[in-house]
This record gives sequence, structure tokens and C-alpha cells, in this order.
Amino acid sequence: MISKQKIGINPKPPKREFLITALIKAAGYSAIIFVGMIFLFLLVESLPALREVGLSNLLSSRWYPIEDHYGVLPLIGGTLIITIGATMIALPFGVGTAIYLSEIAPRWLRETLKPIVEILGGLPSVVLGFMGMLILSPYLRIWLDLPTGLSALAGSILLGGIAIPTVVSISEDALDAVPRSYRDASLAMGATEWQTIWRVTLPAARSGVLTAVMLGIGRAIGETMTVMMVTGNAPILPTGIKDLFSPVRTMTATIAAEMGEVANSSTHYHVLFLIGIILFLISLVVNVTASAVVFRQKKSQERILS
Amino acid sequence: MTMKLSARQYKQRLGFSLLTLMTFLTIIPIMGVVIYIIYLGLPAINLEFLTGFPREGMREGGILPAIIGTFYLTLGTAIFAVPLGIGSAIYLSEYAPDNKATQLIRIAIINLAGIPSVVYGLFGLGLFVLFLGFGTSILAGSLTLSIMTLPVIISTTEEALRAVPQSFRTVSMSLGATKWQTIRRIVLPQALPGILTGVILGLERAAGETAPILFTVAAFFLPRLPNSPLDATMALPYHLYVISTQVPGMPIKIQYGTALVLLAFVLSMNLVATAIRSRARARRQW
Amino acid sequence: MNKISIRNLSLTYSDGTQPLRDISFDIPANQISVIFGPAGGGKSSLLRTLNRLNDLTDLQVQEGSVLLDGSDLLDPSLDVIQLRRQVGMVFARPVVLPLSIKKNVTYGLEVAGETNKDHLSEAVESSLKKAAIWDEVKDRLDDPAIALSGGQQQRICLARVLALEPEVILLDEPTSGLDPISTGKVEESLQDLKREYTIVLVPHSVQQAARTADQAIFLLQGELIEVNSGELMFTNPQDPRTQDYIQGRFG
Repeated sequence: MISKQKIGINPKPPKREFLITALIKAAGYSAIIFVGMIFLFLLVESLPALREVGLSNLLSSRWYPIEDHYGVLPLIGGTLIITIGATMIALPFGVGTAIYLSEIAPRWLRETLKPIVEILGGLPSVVLGFMGMLILSPYLRIWLDLPTGLSALAGSILLGGIAIPTVVSISEDALDAVPRSYRDASLAMGATEWQTIWRVTLPAARSGVLTAVMLGIGRAIGETMTVMMVTGNAPILPTGIKDLFSPVRTMTATIAAEMGEVANSSTHYHVLFLIGIILFLISLVVNVTASAVVFRQKKSQERILS
Repeated sequence: MTMKLSARQYKQRLGFSLLTLMTFLTIIPIMGVVIYIIYLGLPAINLEFLTGFPREGMREGGILPAIIGTFYLTLGTAIFAVPLGIGSAIYLSEYAPDNKATQLIRIAIINLAGIPSVVYGLFGLGLFVLFLGFGTSILAGSLTLSIMTLPVIISTTEEALRAVPQSFRTVSMSLGATKWQTIRRIVLPQALPGILTGVILGLERAAGETAPILFTVAAFFLPRLPNSPLDATMALPYHLYVISTQVPGMPIKIQYGTALVLLAFVLSMNLVATAIRSRARARRQW
Repeated sequence: MNKISIRNLSLTYSDGTQPLRDISFDIPANQISVIFGPAGGGKSSLLRTLNRLNDLTDLQVQEGSVLLDGSDLLDPSLDVIQLRRQVGMVFARPVVLPLSIKKNVTYGLEVAGETNKDHLSEAVESSLKKAAIWDEVKDRLDDPAIALSGGQQQRICLARVLALEPEVILLDEPTSGLDPISTGKVEESLQDLKREYTIVLVPHSVQQAARTADQAIFLLQGELIEVNSGELMFTNPQDPRTQDYIQGRFG
């Protein structure tokens, strides 16, 4: 049997856990190290661009590296218009589908459809770009009578599609996590299921849904292959809604397309890194803002529940 | 009273129909894409395609090097990302105090999750290929992909760990177990299905990514199998990209066939993950 | 002979709340000491101090002294792991670990390093017998513990504490989720167990307190109001607040 020790002043609990605890702690902090490394690297490789090219060139609206035109505005515009378009598709369809699956669909239907949505999430972007190129763009060209189907619209549709599974899956989990008692209480007070969804369940799941949409948008901004294959890759600054139907080029596509042909440490190389760090900073801002929202949401929820 | 009830019910019916429509508008294209690829890609699938090497500038023959390459990359990513990711999640879920440092870690993870895949490619090129001198290699590609996969693994693992009821931990410690013993004996085993699901889904994403491997590992014309982690290799996503956009006269059948193989690779992982998750839900002991 | 002596115990959490203020009393060995009072009185916090489970919460300050056989439990350098084997706890809801019945009972022994299969089997049998549940489960020791009824699960929780051969057993409203028959069985077991162990019980009703107490301690909003023998406390309480509570005028 175990030896019985008199409780007394003993040294601290066994040291054998020291190593594993240290390893776990190191792993925990590794994320910070990686982000730091990435930022530092991008910074170091992109700063020369500012020196070599100059701000007025960078802020112009002409991207034509061969003739030393490094205006990034068209690229930023391209990313912007596609992201907005994608959000306008992903938000309603994504949240709507999540609500349907979580609150309305009968169990058997939900169990069948949910995996299908996840399949879309697993589709490699290059496959979607491939299909978009061969099917969506030609159809857009025919239906909308455009000179080419390779356009911002095609990109928006596909990116919306790419963002939807993220939005659906995380929103659905958030809605699912709302305790049954909330819904029961609402229904017991005479509300219909529809009212319960909009007034009780969805607000309770708000932080999760917000996270979902944020992550979805994040995916859209960061997409490379799909946009490379369907947006036409013409670095023209989009100026209005009409430009949705013309080709654009995103920042991501620019890096991917031109990095391979660029000489190491040339000006073009540095400018591509500059675009990279702009992308990094954009995603940083989007993510930190959204997570701050989620955080504040959680705190107020906790206050309500206690 | 009756009038009011009708109006609300009408609203409900309308709302439900709208959402149902939206859902099916989302679902149907997905199924359409998959079915279409299967339909057009299946004719290309035969033993030679799957096990042979490419010929005639990729226009004939098989895609074995690409399949093997993707397999190695996935494996490499797992080797780096899984221990680091799970360890990190354990720290966050079980050890981390509620302070600014922990908040910083979480922000860092959210950031890593949001960084565009092509920026990872840029970073991988700069650090692993050039600075550390690994060259265009499976090693460089795996390292790049694993940092990219880290946030997915961390967040799903943390979620799985947190789902284990706190009461188990309290009981375990009240019986004289240490923190790590509690984690190793109760928390991890209970969280395992969730962790596995997350890992598989993360690796699935890594397998299908093109941008991070564009400059770090992928080669187009490399009709032999890689011998060491320092070799470059073909990979399915990159292969599909090139043959569909940059090779004139590429038979459509081959393109769809390649797409189908990539799809099958990725979807089978998805299936396994889903199966694990369903089984775990049914057998849960709390 | 006092097993545990508590002097001037005060607890403060990080948000400033003080669940216990200047508590002093003794817990005699081999008796059932019952700590009762309305909700929020600090009873659970007191119990959790005795096995240092409060360390897992955001407890900020622990003042005073708690002596177990003369050694100070509040000493920061104390081996709390070992302490928890000597002071076992049964919780309010039966929380069985997601393991088999057998593994539940041997859990504490296994984490302590016991690997001898015979020792483990002996411990399983003797503790399940002491918890009065051996006959019901002896043929299905490898079944998941979650498959048992609430009352049975709670007795498994008792058995796994007993397997560690503790000196003190703490029970925090152990019958609150159980039906009257299971409750009666648990109370019966306690009478048997006090011969070997020192028992500290937080009851879930005044009636349970009156039924089981050898010594009774009345705690109201973190303050110790009265200590007395079980008989005297419930027939002739001294403090008017104790009287009111026992008679149900508040609670």
C-alpha cells in the first residue's frame, strides 16, 4: 500500500513535471515568435522599396514594373472591390445557411447538409479557380454580355463561395452552443420560433457569428489562386460599381504572379515584399479589430449571465 | 389574439422559406462542382495516370510525382505543426494565466490565421529558401505550410480541450493528481477526437494550398520522385494550376483528372475527420 | 482529540469578496462534524480550504491557521498533492471520471504511482465494500462508470476517495441530487465510516444536519455563529440567528 507520510513541510511537488511544463509554455509562446519573425522579415525586405521607388510612385495608379511604374493603388483597389463583393455574398448566405441548419432544418437534413458545406470548405482554391475559369467566367460573359468573363464579379462570387463554409461552420457552432434553456424560455413566453431566433438565439451567439464572418472575410482577402485564375489580372484601378464587371488584379495575385520572375533583391522584389507587408498589416487590423469586438461582447455577456 | 398569431406565423413561414432557399442555393453549386469534376475527370483515371510519370510535356502519362509530392508535404507539415500546435493549445487551455501576455498570444494566433497564404509563401521564400539556405525543397515547403497550419490546429485543439468538463479536472486534482497527470490521463484522451478532427482539417487545407508552395518547393517539370527533404518536388495543386493556365494544348481530360485526384485526396481527409467527429459525439462520456 | 484545528481563518478572493472571516473551531477525530447554514455562507470555501482545492481558484489571501494533526495546511511549501490523498472530497454532483468503474476507484492510487495489480484489485474491492456498493457492481467493474444511476455514481465517488485510505473525508452536499433512498444509504455509510475516518459534512438540508451531526457548526455569511454538539444545536440553539435558520424563518 502507499506509504503514509505525515503532512509536514515538504519540498515543492516533484520536479519531473518541470520539463514538460517548460516545453508546453514554450509552445504557447511560439505563436508570438512566429508573427514577430514574419513581420520582421517582411519589413526588412520591403523597406528598400520605399527608398528605391519613392512614395509618389507607389501611390500612383499605374502598375507597370517593366517601366518602373510601381503604383499599388490599382492592386489595393482590386483587393477591396473583390472583398466587398465577396462579403456581400458570404454574409447573407453564410449566416442564413447557418441559421437554417442550426435552428430550422430537421435533424436528418442537417446531418446530411452540414458535411456538404464542409466539403466546400475543403475545396482547394486552385480547384475553384479552375472551375471558375472554365465554367463561371464563360457563363458570365454570355449572360451579362461582357467582353470577358474574367472579372471582379467572377472573383467575388468564387471568393464568397470560399468564405461561406467558414462562416457557416463557425456560426453554426456558435448557434448550437446557445443553451437550450434560452430558446425554451423564449418559446414559453409565447414567441414564435422565428422571433426566438432573431431576438434570443442569434444575439446570444453574436460573438461567435461575428468571429465567423470576420474569418470568412479574412479568407477572402487572402485568397490568391482563385483570383489569379478568374479576375483577369489587369491592374486597373476600379472606380465604381461598374468596374465589378471588368478585370482587376489583387495584391495577392500580383505577388504570386510576379515573384517567380523577379530577380532576388531587385527593386521589383522589394516592392512585392512591400505589397506583402501591406497585406500583412491589413489582415492585422481586420483581425485585431474583430477580436476586440468579440472580446467586448464576451465580457458583457459574462456580466449578463452573472 | 388570433389575428396577431397569424401575422407572426406568416412572417415565420416566409422567413423559413427564404432561409431554406438560401441554403439550397449554397449547397447545390457545391454538389454541382464536385459532380462535374468527377464526371469529366473520371475518364482520365486509370492505373497509369495514378502511378506513372508524365510524358510529352505533361500532356500524357501519369502524375505520380505530384501525388507523392503532396503526400510528403502533408506529412512534413504534420511533423512540425502537430506537436507545436497541440502543445500551444494545452498551454492556452490549461496553464495560461488570464493576463496581458496570454492576450498577446491569442492576438498572435488570430493574426497567423489571417495572414494571406501568399504572404506565407513570401516569408517562406525569404527565410527558409534563401536565408537559411534550404533551397526550393520539401523542407522549406513543409516549414512554411506548418506555420500556416498552426492556428487551425491550435484553435480546434483548444476548443476540444475546453469542451472537457472542468469538473473532471477538479475531481482528478482532489484525488492527488498533478496538473500534467490530469491532462495526460483525462483531458487529452477525452479531447482526442476533437483534436484529431482539427488536425486532419488543418492538414487538408495544407495539402490543397498552392501559394505557399509556389516559391518554396514546387517544381513543374520534375519527372522523378524526391529523394530527400532537400529536394524540390511536384505537387498536385501547383500542377493543376500550371497545366490549366500555362500549357497550351493540354487535354481537358488530364486537367479534370488532376483536379479529381486532388479533390479525392482532400475530400477523403475530410471524410475521415467527419467520421471521427461523429463517432466521438456518440460515445461521449459526459 | 482534535484532528483539525482552525484558528482565525479568513479568505479573500481577487475581486475582494471574503467568503470566510475569522473562523475558529476544532474538528474532533472520528466524528461527523456538520457545517450548515444558508447558501453563500462560505461552507464550500471552508471545505475546499481543508484540501487546498482553493488553490485552483483565484484565491488571493489566506490568513490564519489550519492545523491537521499539528501541521499547518496553509503553508505554501506544503505538498498539496500528498495532502489531497489524506483529505479526500466527495462533491455535490456525482462526477465520475470518464473511465470504467474499476479505473475510477483506482485513479488516485495510479497517479500516486501504485502499479501492482494485486494491490489495486484489493483496494477496489475493499473500498467498494466500504461504500456499500460492491455487490451491485462486482460483476461489471469494467463497465463505464457513467452507466450507473446517480446514487450509485455517488457511492463510486466515495469509494475512490476511500481507496486512498485518507484520514479525513470531506463531503460537500453529497446527497443533493439523490433520491431519499440513496440519501439514506449514504447517511448510513457515514455512520459506519466515522469509526475509521474523520468526517466533515456540508448537508443539503437542516434535517440532514440534525440526523447526522455529532458536532454542528453554523456558518452565516462567512461568519461562525455557533458551535455545539449535534444534540444541543438542534434542540436548544443559543444564538437567535441559529434558531431562526433551524426553524426555517429564513434560508
